[in-house]
Amino acid sequence: MRIRCPHCGERALDEFTYLGDASITRPDPASPDAASEFYTYAYERRNIAGPTQELWYHQAGCHSWLVVTRDTRTHEISDVKLAEDVASKRIKTTAGAA
Amino acid sequence: MSGDQSFRLSKHGLVDRSRPFRFSFDGVEHDGYAGDTLASALLANGIHLVGRSFKYHRPRGILTSGSEDPNALVELRTGARREPNTKATTIELYDGLEAKSQNRFPSLRLDLMAVNGFLSPVFSAGFYYKTFMWPAAFWEKLYEPMIRRAAGLGSAAMEGDPDTYDKANAFCDVLVVGSGAAGLMAALAAARSGARVVLADESFTLGGRLLAENRSIDGKSSAEWAKTAVAELSALPNVRLLSRTTVFGAYDGGTFGAVERVSDHMIQPAAGQPRQRLWRIVAKQVVVAQGATERPIVFGNNDRPGVMLASAARTYINRYGVAPGRTAVVFTSNDDGASTINDLASAGITVAALVDTRSALPEAIEARAEALGARIFEGGVVSDALGRSRVTGARIIDASGAVHTISCDLIVVSGGFSPNMQMTTHLGGRSQWRDDIAGFVPGTLPKNMSAAGAANGSFSLASCLADGARAGSSAASGAGFDAKPIAVPSSDDEPSSVAAFWHVDRAKHKAFVDFQNDVTAADVALAEREGYRSVEHLKRYTTLGMATDQGRTSGVNGLAILAKLTGKSIPETGITTARPPYTPVSLGALAGEHRGKHFKPFRLTPSHNWAKAQGAVFVEAGLWLRSLYFPKPFENDPLTSIIREVNGVRNGVGFCDVSTLGKVEVHGTDAGKFLDRVYINMMSTLPVGKARYGAMLREDGIMMDDGTAARFAEDRYFVTTTTVNAIKVVQHLELCKQWHWPDLDVQIVPSTDQWAQYSVAGPRARELISRIVDKPFDVSNEAFPYMAVAELTALGGLKARLYRLSFSGELAYEIAVPARHGELLARTLMEKGADLGVTPYGTEALGVMRIEKGHVGGPEINGTTTAGDVGLGKMASKKKDFIGRTLSERSGLADPNRPRIVGFRPVDRAARLRAGAHFVNRDAEPTAANDQGYLTSVAYSPSNGHWVGLGFLANAESRMGEIVRAYDPVRGGDTLVEVVSPVFVDSEGARLRV
Repeated sequence: MRIRCPHCGERALDEFTYLGDASITRPDPASPDAASEFYTYAYERRNIAGPTQELWYHQAGCHSWLVVTRDTRTHEISDVKLAEDVASKRIKTTAGAA
Repeated sequence: MSGDQSFRLSKHGLVDRSRPFRFSFDGVEHDGYAGDTLASALLANGIHLVGRSFKYHRPRGILTSGSEDPNALVELRTGARREPNTKATTIELYDGLEAKSQNRFPSLRLDLMAVNGFLSPVFSAGFYYKTFMWPAAFWEKLYEPMIRRAAGLGSAAMEGDPDTYDKANAFCDVLVVGSGAAGLMAALAAARSGARVVLADESFTLGGRLLAENRSIDGKSSAEWAKTAVAELSALPNVRLLSRTTVFGAYDGGTFGAVERVSDHMIQPAAGQPRQRLWRIVAKQVVVAQGATERPIVFGNNDRPGVMLASAARTYINRYGVAPGRTAVVFTSNDDGASTINDLASAGITVAALVDTRSALPEAIEARAEALGARIFEGGVVSDALGRSRVTGARIIDASGAVHTISCDLIVVSGGFSPNMQMTTHLGGRSQWRDDIAGFVPGTLPKNMSAAGAANGSFSLASCLADGARAGSSAASGAGFDAKPIAVPSSDDEPSSVAAFWHVDRAKHKAFVDFQNDVTAADVALAEREGYRSVEHLKRYTTLGMATDQGRTSGVNGLAILAKLTGKSIPETGITTARPPYTPVSLGALAGEHRGKHFKPFRLTPSHNWAKAQGAVFVEAGLWLRSLYFPKPFENDPLTSIIREVNGVRNGVGFCDVSTLGKVEVHGTDAGKFLDRVYINMMSTLPVGKARYGAMLREDGIMMDDGTAARFAEDRYFVTTTTVNAIKVVQHLELCKQWHWPDLDVQIVPSTDQWAQYSVAGPRARELISRIVDKPFDVSNEAFPYMAVAELTALGGLKARLYRLSFSGELAYEIAVPARHGELLARTLMEKGADLGVTPYGTEALGVMRIEKGHVGGPEINGTTTAGDVGLGKMASKKKDFIGRTLSERSGLADPNRPRIVGFRPVDRAARLRAGAHFVNRDAEPTAANDQGYLTSVAYSPSNGHWVGLGFLANAESRMGEIVRAYDPVRGGDTLVEVVSPVFVDSEGARLRV
């Protein structure tokens, strides 16, 4: 498998480290349901056959965290974004909604 | 037997008769030529019997001329370079080659284990599951060793491999796998468009079956045409030709694995050359042009030496100039096989009979057979081969059912072809059945992959050339090149009709489907009777297709027989999934340079060379090699050295290289806020010029790591991690910064490698450190108290950092200088501390002192313990959120009854403690139900004069002074220990602050 890092270009799989699901975000610790929300966040995962968003780390490269869109059936990677950009956008959206 | 190449043809073949080679087989010397394989050279010398089969030890010969051969496995080379299970059909002959037959005792001709053939009812399908079941104890001691000795293939060299293996990467636009008619045309079409092309072929000469057939292209012989095409390709700068290279697997993202046999055709590799090279080829497009594998027909004794596939017979005649026999019976179901009579006749081999399962042969072939004086059996079958270690005749049943016996020494057989489309299914592609060619062809293909030629089910030469040209152009276009169609050369045409035919059910003798695993048609029938009716079950129950040849000659025959038994069609029955590798790949090639010390290279500390000169004993710690202790010449016992080092520190001054601790710069206006969120305690309140101990949790509330944070400026922190977690913690901090809180102004830069850092500890540490730092820096307790930090210069102007931190419990400093000056610092500490009796100490003494002081380390922060468990619960701030806080408050993790860290000492002070022992109450049975916790770290404490330990004990706080059992059945330990404070030295911490 090869991942196109936005900073370093297309690189071989062995440069990257996998973490997990990028569709979930760390819950608000001040939420009244924080305990159960954190439980879900830490342990409960969907097992999707199809495109998934995953967090990968360019360990042997620029140390960027990436949001990789990968189809678990074909391992085809359709999109790679910097996690920082995705997260900044998420925060702006959340702030705008509030 | 003949040793004089009496079966070598005078006019045929591409071997180089000007380069004769001498080789030996089972100790007997023979001659061959450059350009031979071991198989062709053996056949040239009249040798067909080359091995014994896996289970029944039946005599076996050379069935094929390629990498699909199930029989002709030999041990190649001797001594440390001996390699078992190599295929004689692919071994390129060289002068001095030595090979031995396998799986025979005492000799190939007289094999005592052949008695297994008479015991065959015992060895039928599923015999592992049925036989030798009772008594159970006999299995391990008797049955299994016996079976393992009787069955099996060659034996590996017992010495280390003296050769090296290389790894390389290649990138191209179009990868073409296979260099036959289709592959060469595909490579030409792609290369002429300007695409970067890699063309790989498993043989030592490019050309595939063009070298093996007596055909013409553009008025030249097919072999000549191949040579011209290869010459054009090799002249192009955008083409890389890889002969002797098997592309063995397709992987995600256009990545392919290939192994190049760089030196397997030499006695030993040339200087500086590897034996094999593993290629990782990344291609935008790939054309699979790996040809097709001919199928044998399943008839009685079809495994006898002298039974050979038609395509192989033609290869030996046309490519190697060898007659595989004198008198042949040809048994086929198709035009391609039947036309082999032409090649046989051209080599002067008598065609005694042409037996074709079809009721009518094409007229041209029939006329030719008649002209050759062959007896023709249309609609007939060969039911059995006659002879034992060599074919002596064929038993033929004609269309009317009459039986004929015809003498021959060669039975040429063809049941049609199976396209080599394994690589198209490696990524989950599906194959589909084509009735017209009686074979599976690629169906759904992975992205950016196409198949061409025989691999794609196009069997005639003209269609292979055209299909290759098409595939090459379209692959180049797919890779973004403007590829124009190229002219397809003209070739003679041939009939290529096939009738599906698998199995002669009127055979009198054992009829083999899988030669390598000795699976017969009867085994398939037995499996079906016993309910193993899916191909996947059939495969596992009978082991059909599970040998090193991956069932390339047997798979389709096996499932066709099963389909007939179950009354289903072949496509309904389906085919088992092909997985990489296409042919076996040696572990040496996969390991490459990563073996021995290169498997896990050490990182060396800045003081390494100095420590080595001091005679230090080293230990692996994470990625590093660290000094364990520094024995003096008269110290023979490690404990003596370690006790001396501990005493040296506690009574004077010592130093230890702690550069391996992870070091991270955390800068930015939000650095304090950021660290508050990753540590359980507050870091934003840390004054500039101070350090603080800190602990980090995982989000699930379990301890991740501990270390210190130092603040050099409002926006500039420096944090340390444990040696083993250095990389993991940086990854975690980056995740927090980039993913959780991208709005914080903070930057993270690991700097472990930038600093050489030494701990200088002991009551006289201040004296020593004052001689290291540059004036006028004041190291007095007032100016630089416990937990102070500073940036300064040392050793006469070197940039340095000084921390007043203590792991040992003594007055201590950590001093850091740029890594390249680390050795200088070690030498200077020795020199300037000489009059203080300075003691360099290693990780053993470091560990002893931390246990004496009750500091937790790796054995305590072990992935199952909370901050509370390791005694850091009170450090957690209640005023803020931090990673792991919410889940650490779960009742199970916050339970006050959880085992907590506490100290232990043996009641009998002379007794030794062992880490890993479990605690039970003094009078309780040592059972899992009575488990009270376990000992994690132990050391002989020089300061106390007895062993001390740290461990986790349930309700520890209320049990001070209690006596419990430390039970260690594995090592026979059962010691009474007293529960005490985990701090065994200076419990008030007075020494730190002087």
